[in-house]
Amino acid sequence: MKANCWTGRNSVEVQDVPEPSILNSRDAIVKITSTAICGSDLHLLDGYVPTMQKGDIMGHEFMGEVVEVGPGITDGKLRVGDRVVVPFPIACGACASCRAELYSCCENTNPNAGISEKFFGHPTAGIYGYSHLTGGFAGGQAEYARVVLADANALRIESDLGDEQVLFLSDILPTGYMGADMCDIQEGDVVAVWGAGPVGQFAMDSARVLGAEKVIAIDKETYRLDMAAAQGYTTINFEDTDVRSALLELTGGRGPDKCVDAVGMEATHGASHVHLYDRAKQAVRSETDRPHALRQAILSCRSGGVVSVIGVYGGLIDKFPAGAWMNRSLTLRTGQCHVQKYMKPLLGLIEQGKIDPTRVITHRLPLTEAPTGYDVFKNKKDRCEKVVLTP
Amino acid sequence: MKTDNRSTSRLRHDPLVRGLGWASALLGVPQVAAPAGFARVLGVDDTFRHRSATTAVGVRELAAATGLLGRPHPAWLWGRVGGDLMDLTMLTRALKNHDGRGLGRTVAATAAVTAITATDVYAAVTRTRRSAPMELTAATTVAQSPDEVYALWRDLERLPDFMAHLDEVRVTGPRTSHWRAGAPFGKAVEWDAETTQDVPGRLIAWQSVDGAEIDNSGEVRFAPAPGGRGTEIRVTLRYDLPGGALGKAAARYFGEEPHQQLDDDLRRFKQIAETGEVVRSEGAPGGKRARGEFPQHPARPLTEDELKEALA
Repeated sequence: MKANCWTGRNSVEVQDVPEPSILNSRDAIVKITSTAICGSDLHLLDGYVPTMQKGDIMGHEFMGEVVEVGPGITDGKLRVGDRVVVPFPIACGACASCRAELYSCCENTNPNAGISEKFFGHPTAGIYGYSHLTGGFAGGQAEYARVVLADANALRIESDLGDEQVLFLSDILPTGYMGADMCDIQEGDVVAVWGAGPVGQFAMDSARVLGAEKVIAIDKETYRLDMAAAQGYTTINFEDTDVRSALLELTGGRGPDKCVDAVGMEATHGASHVHLYDRAKQAVRSETDRPHALRQAILSCRSGGVVSVIGVYGGLIDKFPAGAWMNRSLTLRTGQCHVQKYMKPLLGLIEQGKIDPTRVITHRLPLTEAPTGYDVFKNKKDRCEKVVLTP
Repeated sequence: MKTDNRSTSRLRHDPLVRGLGWASALLGVPQVAAPAGFARVLGVDDTFRHRSATTAVGVRELAAATGLLGRPHPAWLWGRVGGDLMDLTMLTRALKNHDGRGLGRTVAATAAVTAITATDVYAAVTRTRRSAPMELTAATTVAQSPDEVYALWRDLERLPDFMAHLDEVRVTGPRTSHWRAGAPFGKAVEWDAETTQDVPGRLIAWQSVDGAEIDNSGEVRFAPAPGGRGTEIRVTLRYDLPGGALGKAAARYFGEEPHQQLDDDLRRFKQIAETGEVVRSEGAPGGKRARGEFPQHPARPLTEDELKEALA
């Protein structure tokens, strides 16, 4: 089959690889009908996430049709022919983390937990196509994929919603939603979102659904800010505006009540000397992540507010504004998305027309053109916001 | 996790080890303080080369003395053996190029060093052999009742499903079983074990019977976790590794770091208890052999041949 594989730093290639087979009794094989490129795939592409190996299949946002079911899946919980969306973190549903709905912290699904533990203190869940640190699972930018513990993870789509309506339930829609959910939005809250990429856009939509009074988008790509403005959100371009002053102006001097970092480890900074400082430290690996958005969110948030982090961090940061965080009673909340917790309620919101996930799609390409998709998405060519691939 | 290596405190009271430590000190002090005089006693000329060689040997002796008297470890004894061989090499060269003056003293020194070497080898070999009893502990929590978790562990023949080093456990009687394990360098080790304590829902303890190649024992304790979170499992394994400290170092070199292995064993036990089996990925298709597979298979489906091997 064809699959999009990582072939080294800044390089992916569509290769012929064997078709997947059942390795565990609760596996299912899915014939992929739609798959997407995620912003976090770019961190892998760039080589910022350790333990990638040449030939790894990329991709953790995918859906399709079940073509084979392992012998351990009983009671018709999943059947050949079912149409399913697959959440990116693999959860067992039985461990203490899963029982507490912390699915991305599942204690049982990462065969490389011993390595993950060295980086993170405690191991985290397995993730498809996301380095060997998260288990070394083959990804979904391919014609077929093996879904692990499929009966506990795959979400069956029974309605006739199109692929593009439900595909993003695999990651970016729940991730954006969790960013807003962690903000514990109250009546009258102003929510500022750093990053107007697909996850940021969905965080904004979710904040509005959850009752935010005003939603502010911060980015430097005008086309992405235009996309947010078209939904009625206020925008700040950090390349030509001082973000903190603009936020004070927009909030009567209070600062946003809730702040969402939808940027993560490869942020850019309006002031080039600050950007260069962190870029240089990252290049020599004396810090792995550039936390401009996080620093600014912490400094901007009103006292007692919440900073919710859904942008991906992989390692260490420098100059964390601990003084602002501590002295002003801020709450920092974060996590890789617990997708399984949000899929069903979000499917409901899509069916009710309250959220339209298709609005972020700008590029539709065949799987064989995946490398082009990475190029336009990474380099923000052709006003690219989200790339969907079809095998 | 911790290793409890009791060899340090035992060696501290070992007369032979202490004697060798003091011998090193008595030799080292004059060598460093008066290298020229010492070289004369050996019957070699007082040249710059001989003087500096003597000083260097003195520094080495003082280091060995500090180690043996301060933090005794078999490595210091082996260090002394290495030093002896160096000294013998130097003395042999001195004998070969000797100008005749003080030849008797050099011959006597060589004889003395040969005797010391024999003592050092004896000390190093005997102190190393019984110096590496190892105790490993690991803990995990499984979201099941103590009785359920106990029952799974009590099924001894399933231990190899999650314990990486075990190839087979066969129950041979109500309290006895036969164990087969892989060891470093691909050598298999087998032994008979006896269950010494068995308290349902609380404790299982076992010990290898006399005559086992590797004396080993272990116990696993089960206790209810607070907040209804299931069962806390604590495992302790004690064993004498073949080859003592050397064997331990070799095992580490070949990627079988015992702490890590026991930690991973428990993780897999938890996987079996909570999900039914050991989770495999394309990168680590061998299940319990995952750790030995780095760099791993790429995260892509396996070919038929790779599949056969991984599932074997």
